Amino acid sequence: MMSEPSRKSGISQAIRWFDPRGRDIGTIAFILNRITALGLTFYLFLHLIVLGQLAQGAEAYDGFLATIRSPIYIFGELLVIAAGLYHGLNGIRVGLTSFGIAVPQQKKLFYWLLAIAVLGSLIFGIRMFTA
Amino acid sequence: MSTTKTKWNVNFKVYRKKGQNPSHYDQFTLEVDPDEYVLDAIERIWAFHDRSLTFRHACHHSTCGACGMLVNGVEKLSCITYIRDVVEDGGTLVIDPMRNFPVVSDLVVDMSLFFDRLEMVGQRQVVPVSDETIGDGKKAQSPTNGKEYLRLSDCIECGLCISACPIAATNPDYLGPAILAGAQQNGLDRKPELLQIVDQENGLWRCHSVYECTAVCPSNVDPAWRIMDLRRQVTAQRLKRLFR
Repeated sequence: MMSEPSRKSGISQAIRWFDPRGRDIGTIAFILNRITALGLTFYLFLHLIVLGQLAQGAEAYDGFLATIRSPIYIFGELLVIAAGLYHGLNGIRVGLTSFGIAVPQQKKLFYWLLAIAVLGSLIFGIRMFTA
Repeated sequence: MSTTKTKWNVNFKVYRKKGQNPSHYDQFTLEVDPDEYVLDAIERIWAFHDRSLTFRHACHHSTCGACGMLVNGVEKLSCITYIRDVVEDGGTLVIDPMRNFPVVSDLVVDMSLFFDRLEMVGQRQVVPVSDETIGDGKKAQSPTNGKEYLRLSDCIECGLCISACPIAATNPDYLGPAILAGAQQNGLDRKPELLQIVDQENGLWRCHSVYECTAVCPSNVDPAWRIMDLRRQVTAQRLKRLFR
């Protein structure tokens, strides 16, 4: 008869998802994927709240637009772009390797996608802060 | 004249747990040869310091897979892990039992479910050389004299891949890397009944491509590659069925 699996607290175990100590590059990719996913989900809700400003009339919306032109908000938008770039590119990496394509090259793929994401974020950052 | 110090003082911090008592660490300072293996030091702790320390070991040459444990938080076969590779003179080595298995006593974990699952997928101990793939899918070299040669399977059933897998940590029902690798080694063409076992909620689609299983595997099984290859096999089978 097959024995039963042991069950530990889900939260204490899930924290391990975010612990990179002693782990390989695959875990770094996994952690970044999780963090960017959470960040993008949070942004989606924030975006819906912002759109809700439209319902309060033109003045409220214009006032809100004036607020988000401050550097701290622009930096926040840059983080969204960086997260989107990383998450999307890593999605392609995971999609390819999940079906046996370039599995032995998965580390190289990660380094390339990270380089593209960093470069893309830099370009966006320069344009956003100098516009 | 060489001034290399031949003996190191290393502080071993060893995980202890007996029965329902809370766990704790015991510390032992040992004079060790840095070219000894971690398992040698653990055996000395047992022999000369504390006979109640429990741990699994047998072959001392990475064949039995019994001595898997965490060495400074990383899954290692302690019988082939040089002390000099994981600590410095005067440093501390933290020894823990493997993760994702219930602790029976100290460094001993209950691997019965793991072995049951390996049996469920018909994990082969010995495979024909012509059937075997090595590492990232390269075929093992077959002799050309027409004879069928056998080789021992690469997987030594140490469980390190399960311990390193973050998905096994949060989902105890997930079959896990070694089991899925065992299914891949059999192949769906050879054992079509495996499809139902691996193509389910807690089977091969649960893997999140973290590749830690392959990173810690001491035996070139490359479980991550095998899981991905198994996905390819399952997808091919499903597509074939669509057009039948």
